[in-house]
Amino acid sequence: MSTVEQASADRGNDKRPWRWYILVFLTPALLVYTAVMILPLIETLRLSLFNVKDGQSVFVGLDNFAVLFGDPRWAASFWNALKNNFIFFFIHMVVQNPIGVALAALLSVPKLRFGAFYRTALFLPTLLSFVIVGFIWKLILSPIWGVSPFLLDLIGLKSLFSPWLGKPGSALIAVSLISVWQYVGIPMMLIYAAMLNIPDEVLEAAECDGVTGWSQFWKIKLPLILPSIGIISILTFVGNFNAFDLVYTVQGALAGPDGATDILGTLLYRTFFGFQLQIGDKSMGATIATVMFLIILSGVCLYLFAIQRRMRRYQF
Amino acid sequence: MAKTTTSPVRTGLVHLALITYTLIALFPVFLTVINSFKDRASIFRDPLGLPTPSVFSLVGYETVLKQGDFILYFQNSFIVTAVSIFFVLLFGAMAAFALSEYRFRGNTLMGLYLALGIMIPIRLGTVAILQGMVAAGLVNTLTALILVYTAQGLPLAVFILTEFMQTVSDDLKNAGRIDGLSEYSIFFRLVLPLIRPAMATVAVFTMIPIWNDLWFPLILAPSDATKTITLGSQVFIGQFVTNWNAVLAALTLAIVPVLVLYLIFSRQLIRGITAGAVK
Repeated sequence: MSTVEQASADRGNDKRPWRWYILVFLTPALLVYTAVMILPLIETLRLSLFNVKDGQSVFVGLDNFAVLFGDPRWAASFWNALKNNFIFFFIHMVVQNPIGVALAALLSVPKLRFGAFYRTALFLPTLLSFVIVGFIWKLILSPIWGVSPFLLDLIGLKSLFSPWLGKPGSALIAVSLISVWQYVGIPMMLIYAAMLNIPDEVLEAAECDGVTGWSQFWKIKLPLILPSIGIISILTFVGNFNAFDLVYTVQGALAGPDGATDILGTLLYRTFFGFQLQIGDKSMGATIATVMFLIILSGVCLYLFAIQRRMRRYQF
Repeated sequence: MAKTTTSPVRTGLVHLALITYTLIALFPVFLTVINSFKDRASIFRDPLGLPTPSVFSLVGYETVLKQGDFILYFQNSFIVTAVSIFFVLLFGAMAAFALSEYRFRGNTLMGLYLALGIMIPIRLGTVAILQGMVAAGLVNTLTALILVYTAQGLPLAVFILTEFMQTVSDDLKNAGRIDGLSEYSIFFRLVLPLIRPAMATVAVFTMIPIWNDLWFPLILAPSDATKTITLGSQVFIGQFVTNWNAVLAALTLAIVPVLVLYLIFSRQLIRGITAGAVK
């Protein structure tokens, strides 16, 4: 109690021994957040340890996980979705984030004209819903509508065209690149902000020492924006392992062709709700959600404890 | 800034690169909008042509307005988004005020607890959320969506607003206390008006994922009366896949509100993302 009184004394109102208003301010947010987010999350984790036997919910320990990882009916589609999800993430890391950094570097060129216009235009796709993005690209890549072959013809590459979304070998890459197209605005903006934060004196000092252009980017700017690159990496990780909408819009719940674009989000949807002949399964749905939770949690922990701590931060 | 870096060739290359990527970013949207105003034959014959009077046609829009309940879907989306933002801002600001203004036991712990939701997506709790909504009889109601989106938006709102609240001067609040204002009046009459810019930023950030979400409308409120515009256009386009006029018109109608809002708020949004950068 003494700390509370100390605090009230600090604030100059030592008459109130128990400050009800703190409770009033906090309760609505805590209530909604706990009831709709935290408790269902815990309940989902709990459900993954139960299964229905003879119409009754029974504690089965880690059996659901054993089934998911090893049972022939589940394992193939689970490992396939997990592998695809890692490829999905990998393509984002090697395509989306470098393009984002490059665009940010271009935007932060001093005295750039039309900078505001470029920023507004480049960020637009990020705001569109998956439904719009998914269908637009489905139409553009469709062999029925000759837009892509026509455009490739302009640069003499018409022979390269094929119905990418329909082929198992290229569908996942195509979907990932659509997602990259949509989301490149986020790394671009965060890195742009970080670059604006670099003090002019540092850059001027570099120029006095003859470090300009490319070598200035590699030796001065890049090390200074590394913390932001860390943040966009973890944001990409969480977003990718939680993705569902784009694949669902472009390829449907079955994530075709032949499961080639199936990721954990679509697998969770089909498992939990059922699709066509498959019947919805609550326990297995919860099990997949738990696996996703653990993957995301380990990614976040790795970032917080291993990467962020080691990253050097420069104080100006 | 030093003048050494601005040679005309370099500047030209920078613009060339930016214009190229701008075209990549805008082209698909442009293509959709122009083709939605053309007749079927010219959509296929000349996809890149502008809708000249000879090929101009609104047949797609007629189909959309006749077949789809787009006005109702739009209204649902609007209600869900507006009400969720209202609660996120009100509850978020209240909690942020408590966390930044008062020192009490468990303050830091409470802040961390609320921040958990920034990194862990609410979607992972779907199995139990649906169960709870079924038990509460809220399936196929907009209330279910509003509750979920409020919970989803709160963590980031509290986090951003707490940072901003700390910049409000203590002297002002203490002057209010000496004048006999209650803590509630200090919050509502002194602090809230001062953090309005931060509230606008949070509102824009909260709005985008809610308006665009497909997962929760699909799971919690898929009935015809409660479809949001995102789910509505998804289902509509799925049914009319072969009617290209209708699909392109539906896509254009779905883009327009986002585009208008973005043009109004882009300054706010971009300033919000780069907050603190421009000193």
